Amino acid sequence: MESVTKRYPDGTVAVDQLSLDIPDGSITVLVGPSGCGKTTTLRMINRMVEPTEGTILLDGTDIQRRPVTTLRRSMGYVIQNAGLFQHRTIVDNIATVPRMLGWGKQKARARAAELMERVGLDTSLARRYPYQLSGGQQQRVGVARALAADPPVLLMDEPFSAVDPVVRKGLQDELLRIQAELGKTIVFVTHDIDEAIKLGTMVAVLRTGGRLAQFASPAELLSAPADAFVEDFLGADRGVRRLSFFPSAALELTTAPVVRADAGAERFAAADAPYLLVTDADGRPLGWGTPAGLAAGDTAPDRLLPYGRPFVPGTDSLRAALDCAVLSPTGWAVAVDPDGRVTGVASQTTIGEAIRAAHAAGPADRAGVAP
Amino acid sequence: MSGYFDIPSDLQNTWAGLIGLHLREALLPVLAGLVLALPLAQLCVRFRWLYPPVLGVTTVLYAVPSLAFFVVLIDYTGQTELTVMIPLAVYSLVVLVPAIVDGVRSVPQETLAAATAMGFGPVRRYLQVQLPIAVPALVAGLRVATVSSISLVSVGALIGNQGALGNLLAAAQKYDRPELAVNSVVTTAVLAIACDAALVGLRLLLTPWMPRGTATRRPAVVK
Repeated sequence: MESVTKRYPDGTVAVDQLSLDIPDGSITVLVGPSGCGKTTTLRMINRMVEPTEGTILLDGTDIQRRPVTTLRRSMGYVIQNAGLFQHRTIVDNIATVPRMLGWGKQKARARAAELMERVGLDTSLARRYPYQLSGGQQQRVGVARALAADPPVLLMDEPFSAVDPVVRKGLQDELLRIQAELGKTIVFVTHDIDEAIKLGTMVAVLRTGGRLAQFASPAELLSAPADAFVEDFLGADRGVRRLSFFPSAALELTTAPVVRADAGAERFAAADAPYLLVTDADGRPLGWGTPAGLAAGDTAPDRLLPYGRPFVPGTDSLRAALDCAVLSPTGWAVAVDPDGRVTGVASQTTIGEAIRAAHAAGPADRAGVAP
Repeated sequence: MSGYFDIPSDLQNTWAGLIGLHLREALLPVLAGLVLALPLAQLCVRFRWLYPPVLGVTTVLYAVPSLAFFVVLIDYTGQTELTVMIPLAVYSLVVLVPAIVDGVRSVPQETLAAATAMGFGPVRRYLQVQLPIAVPALVAGLRVATVSSISLVSVGALIGNQGALGNLLAAAQKYDRPELAVNSVVTTAVLAIACDAALVGLRLLLTPWMPRGTATRRPAVVK
């Protein structure tokens, strides 16, 4: 997008001199308060809104040079509340664009069934009508419909904002998975900065009046907001959220306070720590106990302090590790391998040191996990 | 009992023949009204400013008594069925135009935006998205128009023998045979109920996509 402006006849400027270079094969999020022109910007990409000034290039070609219907059929579009055709079955909803492109009925329906599986919908729903589906399921149909003709570009306009938080998280994870599989170029509009940070490879923060405040990767956004507006929009806990981008793999773990339940009273009594983490014979955590209490025989799981939620070094971020330490009644975070066996524990002090070291080294790539 | 169905010879028709005639005189105008209302309603949806004046004109026309229409039309179309059917077609517009406009407007914004974004042109969008979704409202309008048209045909008796079942009312007075009036009223009512039921059936057939039990309410227009 090159210095694109949308001005309405009454003089309102929805988008002001916006220039963005949207990278191929990744998710670019447009985020900002209401009235910042993010939806207008999105709709200029498929020419549902025509810019007053400036040009939009797709793979180097001005989109104005392509017939509008051809352009739109080459871009999937997902909208809030899904916008399904209530008078058509799920399978026919998904097959809409392939049918318009002249595919045979059988081929289009087979494609629709394939897509239902891809977005995590049971194919037994194919013959149902939209009103028979939940909001989350409808939104999945919306995504499947947008993907039907395998368009290189996907435009998503607040697609998940009308579903409840649990369903939304599921849809977000699903989108990241689909994106990893298909490598589409996705432009995603949201007013939710957390969603932007979770989904975006690049995030464009827009301010009221349609001006670009900052265009950066989520990690950069959190570590170096361009101005007070962006900082304010990111919210108060951006320091903690930024930890999502630091891997926990390098965290120094100790196995000193880790003991097996059947280790014996002498081993418990000899331990040099205020608390010991007791594991079962397989190495899975059971809970925390004091050396004196354990030596006295209180090793049953219901006599131990809960260990909170463990983290997996290598997959989880420093944010998850810190969260574990904060939740743990002993102040120690429990690290486990992907099978759930204890690999060690880390104190809040250790995690604090790791955070300082990570900050000094600068933000790494996304740790590969949800915050 | 046979007196009820013993139709006076000056009507030159059997009871079954009168029913056929009545249905033709009642339903053809509704059909004509629908053909007229569809483009008119689409214009009203497209150009919002047009809707209030169109609504005003149809309402004023609806307020014109059928007798006044007959007086004007009789010079052109004579004492024919057409003279009865033209006012009925005009009357049906007052129900059908708003029904279709409301139906088309009830299509959710996001559905329209999604259709546009998928590359539907305006004509395809109207035929494949807006009109099918407007079917429940449209049928609700058709039900009111049909029932009122069936009851109104009877006034055709005023211009001589063009009221189908209504002619029985005139005959009942003329020959002092009240049973003919009973026949006329009951048969007309049964016809109206049967046509209404048929339209409900048509709606159920056309809209398998509607949740059961949330059918659009019929607009409350009665003449």
